[in-house]
Amino acid sequence: MEIAKKFKNTFSTVPMLSWLLGTLTAVAIEYFWGYDYISYYLGLSKIPVLFGALIMLKEPMMIPGAIGYDLIVYVIPILLIAKTTAFFTNPVAAILEKMPLWFSVILHLLLFYYTLHLWAGINDYRNIIVRLTLISIILTISINVINGYQGEFSCSHPGFMAIGAYVSSALTLFLFANDKMFGTALLPQELGPWGFPFILIAGGIAASLGSLLVAIPSFKTRGDYLAIISLAFMFIVKSAVENLNVIGGARGMGGQPEYAPLPIIFIWTIICIWVIHNFVTSIMGKALNAVRDDEAASESMTVKTRKTKMTAFMFGAFWAGIAGGLFAHVIAYINPGMFSINRLAEILAMVYFGGLNSIVGSIVGAVSINILGEALRPLELFKWIIIPLILIFVMIFRPYGLISFKEINAKRLLRSKHKREQGV
Amino acid sequence: MSALLNVNKMTHYFGGLRAVHNYNLNIKPQQITGLIGPNGAGKTTIFNLITGVYTPTEGSITLENQNIKGLETNEIAAKGLGRTFQNLALWRHMNVLDHIKMAHYSQLSYGLMGSFFNTRKCREQETQVEENSYRLLELFDIKHHADQNVTNLPYGAQRRVEMARAMATNPKILFLDEPTAGMTPDELIQMIKIIRQVHQDFKVAIFLIEHRMKFVMELCQYIQTLVFGELIAEGPPEEIQNNPEVIEAYLGKEDLT
Repeated sequence: MEIAKKFKNTFSTVPMLSWLLGTLTAVAIEYFWGYDYISYYLGLSKIPVLFGALIMLKEPMMIPGAIGYDLIVYVIPILLIAKTTAFFTNPVAAILEKMPLWFSVILHLLLFYYTLHLWAGINDYRNIIVRLTLISIILTISINVINGYQGEFSCSHPGFMAIGAYVSSALTLFLFANDKMFGTALLPQELGPWGFPFILIAGGIAASLGSLLVAIPSFKTRGDYLAIISLAFMFIVKSAVENLNVIGGARGMGGQPEYAPLPIIFIWTIICIWVIHNFVTSIMGKALNAVRDDEAASESMTVKTRKTKMTAFMFGAFWAGIAGGLFAHVIAYINPGMFSINRLAEILAMVYFGGLNSIVGSIVGAVSINILGEALRPLELFKWIIIPLILIFVMIFRPYGLISFKEINAKRLLRSKHKREQGV
Repeated sequence: MSALLNVNKMTHYFGGLRAVHNYNLNIKPQQITGLIGPNGAGKTTIFNLITGVYTPTEGSITLENQNIKGLETNEIAAKGLGRTFQNLALWRHMNVLDHIKMAHYSQLSYGLMGSFFNTRKCREQETQVEENSYRLLELFDIKHHADQNVTNLPYGAQRRVEMARAMATNPKILFLDEPTAGMTPDELIQMIKIIRQVHQDFKVAIFLIEHRMKFVMELCQYIQTLVFGELIAEGPPEEIQNNPEVIEAYLGKEDLT
């Protein structure tokens, strides 16, 4: 406890900018010396992909090496750089505070993206994990709109995702790709990446129209009954797709062009976080909370509850559709089986683990469940015992999830921590 | 002066049960009206019927000569009927400031797109709403609770939050459903003060349900007595106080032995 306090005190004056610089340095160290020197001298055969978790679980003999690698490459440089650069990042952060908030946010995001890009660029496996994690973040935040902010228990998210994935894949294959299913491309292929955002949005809109099938029953019913209706919706979508041979049926649909590299997905994730954050912090968005907590009171306070419920479902489904579209273009193959009960369990785990009614919580949930899922892969069957166990413990100690009912406060996050008054 | 709210021959059935029968009400601008009656007389049902939670089986309801019967609750509320609830109906995960802000919902015009992209219009309106909310909080003496979660407040303060919230909808008539239920005598006196102040500052008409006679007699200019869904007496407080039928309904018939 004493050490933790001391640690916290030492680093309380470190602004976000310094942490980002520290991480960038750590990643740069790995990028330049990771393979040639550090992992070589520690006796590791290659760079540990996920902080050495895979190596540690596969070959217990390598544990000291992997821990050493983590310390040398990540922990020590990050802490050291964060602390030592604080002397000049604090004034910089103070200057940024005087500028418009968006400028400061974009600057930090660029720095963060560059770090992420370097880290993910070290090998393809990391790259795909990062991309899928970002998509999971979109999914988790979007289901949080329905299950957290609106307080319904909706199980139809994989269905929305499937609609988005199929509509956008069909559009890209039809318009921009030569393939067996739809024949030659209708438009020149160079236009593809430019048309992709519109295609994604079309997928999102299709998903939000589909969500009306769940939204309308939600006027009259909620709780368990709505959960069953939404579950039914998911299965309707799945079996509809299985039986539609035009789009591949149960065999699935493949050959989507690579339109979703890391930067594109990163931008979409940021847009998603930004839009949903705006929405849930506005009065319009807080109406979702009001309807969840007391519908009769909301009505009496002039809140249009039906419109609010419909908005929540359509908005959540829209982003699920976008996530589905991105997913299809990352994997370049989709089939109906991907959007079934397993996916639902994964999404629900992420949102309830991370925390209801919170965007930060969703991000934490999506990242931790994804990373855990990958890191524990060598355990095979035990993975599916450990992750649910963790989930149960979280539910016991924090019934609403790790970080719930908290919103991002970008200004506070990025501010200079030079002369902080005591107790503030 | 013409009536602000006019309810004419309102009757309502729950299935075969007649909850309210031939109920008439006239509320003039700035008048404080009280509705009293024993438990189960249908007082809250009348509130719910007028504010649109239920639609009456028969009869008409007009607000400023416009029909409001059959409209949705939120539409009626936006037209100028603010209300509080008998058992506090607060949003338990929201802080006090957000409660007041939320009640401005019908006064916002920036739309969903405005809220998604945080447009200038959205920001301007939200700032305006926030200023207005702080003004209300100050008036109801709960400003120091502004960013506390509403469930952490003492009971009297929660009641005041509810009233401030109702006033934020900009009502012409304020419906108070047992505003002093479960209050200590001190809180009761404070409540009387607040209601008087609201009445003066906002120039609203008030329609209230209450059990405590002292409270009703002191505040109301006009009182209705409801028993088993029917009005048995109405008039100014002095008249009601001495009406034998009212006394009978409350205390039972005097047994002469």
